Amino acid sequence: MMNEGSELSVTIAQIVQRLKGTHLHSQLEKQAKECLHRPEIRLESIKEDVRKFLRATGWERKLQNAVYRELHILPPSGHPEAPLEHTKEPLAYMRKAQASWEKRILKSLNSMCTELGVPLARKRPVLEQKELTSKWNEMGADEPDLSKFRPVYAPKDFLEVLINLKNPNHDHSDGLTARSHWGLIPISLSVRDVPQLREAYPELSLSCSQLGIDDHAHVPPDLFESEHIRIGKKVVDEQDSAAAQQYSRQGSPTGLRAQLWALILNITNDPEDVAHYEQLKAAVIHHDLLVDNLIYKDVKLTASNDDYYFVFEDVLYQVLLCFSRDTAVLEHFSYNSATPPKSYIQGKTGEEEFAVVYPPNGVIPFHGFSMYVAPLCFLYNEPCKLYSVFREMYVRYFFRLHSISSSPSGIVSLCLQFERLLQIHLPQLFFHLQEIMAQPLRIAFKWMVRAFSGYLSTDQLLLLWDRILGYDSLELVAVLAAAVFAFRAENLMEVTSLASAEAVLADLSTLKVMPLLQIFLFANVI
Amino acid sequence: MTGNPVDCTVKSPVALKIGDAVSDLFCPGVYITDIVLGEPENIQEISFKNYYTAYLTVCVLKREGGTADSPVKWATCVRNHCLMANPHTEGGSQDYFSIYRQQMLTEPDNVTTVRLIQRQPSSVWLSFAIEDIKIYSAAHEDSERDVPSWLSTITPVEEPLDLNGLPDPHAVSSSIQQMWALTEVMQSSQTTASVGRFDVDGCYDINLLSYT
Repeated sequence: MMNEGSELSVTIAQIVQRLKGTHLHSQLEKQAKECLHRPEIRLESIKEDVRKFLRATGWERKLQNAVYRELHILPPSGHPEAPLEHTKEPLAYMRKAQASWEKRILKSLNSMCTELGVPLARKRPVLEQKELTSKWNEMGADEPDLSKFRPVYAPKDFLEVLINLKNPNHDHSDGLTARSHWGLIPISLSVRDVPQLREAYPELSLSCSQLGIDDHAHVPPDLFESEHIRIGKKVVDEQDSAAAQQYSRQGSPTGLRAQLWALILNITNDPEDVAHYEQLKAAVIHHDLLVDNLIYKDVKLTASNDDYYFVFEDVLYQVLLCFSRDTAVLEHFSYNSATPPKSYIQGKTGEEEFAVVYPPNGVIPFHGFSMYVAPLCFLYNEPCKLYSVFREMYVRYFFRLHSISSSPSGIVSLCLQFERLLQIHLPQLFFHLQEIMAQPLRIAFKWMVRAFSGYLSTDQLLLLWDRILGYDSLELVAVLAAAVFAFRAENLMEVTSLASAEAVLADLSTLKVMPLLQIFLFANVI
Repeated sequence: MTGNPVDCTVKSPVALKIGDAVSDLFCPGVYITDIVLGEPENIQEISFKNYYTAYLTVCVLKREGGTADSPVKWATCVRNHCLMANPHTEGGSQDYFSIYRQQMLTEPDNVTTVRLIQRQPSSVWLSFAIEDIKIYSAAHEDSERDVPSWLSTITPVEEPLDLNGLPDPHAVSSSIQQMWALTEVMQSSQTTASVGRFDVDGCYDINLLSYT
């Protein structure tokens, strides 16, 4: 094709532009300058020798990791004629649905604001600032009156929006045909079926060893586990992002997981990152936001009630309050179909120089949002590193779970894929559940929106998230949801109501994720 | 995309059908859209926005000779170019596309009419079309712009300059250029996001969110 060469040049130029002026750039220049004093650098071959030095001291690897990270979050390249909104989301009806959903959320937030008489944002008085600083590490001990606040929306509200998505060009006149939708999602997106998934996820196959299956107590560690850990240590020593990502496909050993995930996400924990986190903390102290109350409420309702995560309540506040004030998150709106909410200070509506984004990171938390952070608390105990890992995971993956888009990792595609997998491989179950008015998606949606956080036991959840990072896609979330239904199919065939179906699927804490995925993808007869 | 699109008239799409009977239930699977150009052009690029067309064939009506009386002949430039990888699903359905001269089977020179044959075999969609069609002509080999005479008489400086301990001008100019480029980049990417400030002059008192 004609434009491959020029597309590559554009990508390279974009990445160079993004890396210019970063801390890494100045560090590289400093290293290059300082190495000039070294005896092995000769004037005749200065360029080559400096390059060799940077390679030997690991700086080239750091640059490679930074480039690799930029490739992950590069906005899709659009046609020169295409406006920005089209590049973020090509389908007009999805853009429209996302815009009207956002408007609903804004209206809800505005009405909460006026009803309760609480401002969206206010500067804290000095006394309050001092108080907050002193109890920064135990914000959970304080019980502010949150009874008046309610979450802006819950996953089931979002599901209704997705069910009502309508493509105006879609022909529904035929009624029930082979191509019509007997599930809830009325959109024809391209989703992969089992043969295609087998090709895409070969490392999960029966012939391939992995953690979550081959590290079971009765399997001798010499067969796989010891060697896998040895390779993992080597990957960490090499500090190679891409290798870590590939390695994670077979699971990360518990002792190395924190380092491996930080490597995959290119979290370097430089003094620059620590300073940034301190800046965010200062922003929390200075300004009080309405969304802070939403965060408090969410943590109290979800994480604090969870047997695994209640111990991390204080840390969750620290991370989420800072997250709301982080304007660096705004960058991800260049590839997110959503738009950050806008407001004007001092009532100067319409005057652009007084326009601000609210909250500063553009993300309004919903019921269950804190569960994106909670599992990470098991891996990282320094708030700064925990924060950086969460933020990177949000701008790479989690944002797709609560915005309307046609992306293959987006929640709409995941829902459709879940339904299709069940329809094709468990048609009797699907039909039965539909007959008793227990549409499978109504049960599975809440699992998928949270990427199973809070539903699986933590060690199993982390094995799943290993693969999300390893394959850079949320697709396995949909496959796992289908696999769970397949596993409990016998019981589900016996139930006669939505409530009993939900009861069968209420407790997933005993499930083993990797065997379920493996059996569903590779052991089923198709 | 070179320059501005040429003037052309896009005729309304004609559905192909077999026989004369027309019924309300008829959903065509093929549309023909003719685009008449104002004057014969050498085409460099055809760009358009897709609306659920799966496959596109482009034919051009070329004038054989140079004069207005020379015979015209149809030629196929692109055959069954795939716009939607799966005609039943959304991939590519509303994307922008460009077809370049280099992809075409014949040289699209002296073209008077472009014919787009659109196919959508799937029954999932109610209608399909091609929108926003723009045709760009190839840049002419001989430039129309005259080089001013004083430009062509400049002679390059060959003798080495006597520096007198001053740094090499080339090195200085390239580093100044770099610094200038850096400041340009900083200026152009200057947003509140890069500095981390979300308030305006220390003020972040907001009453209500805006709906626009």
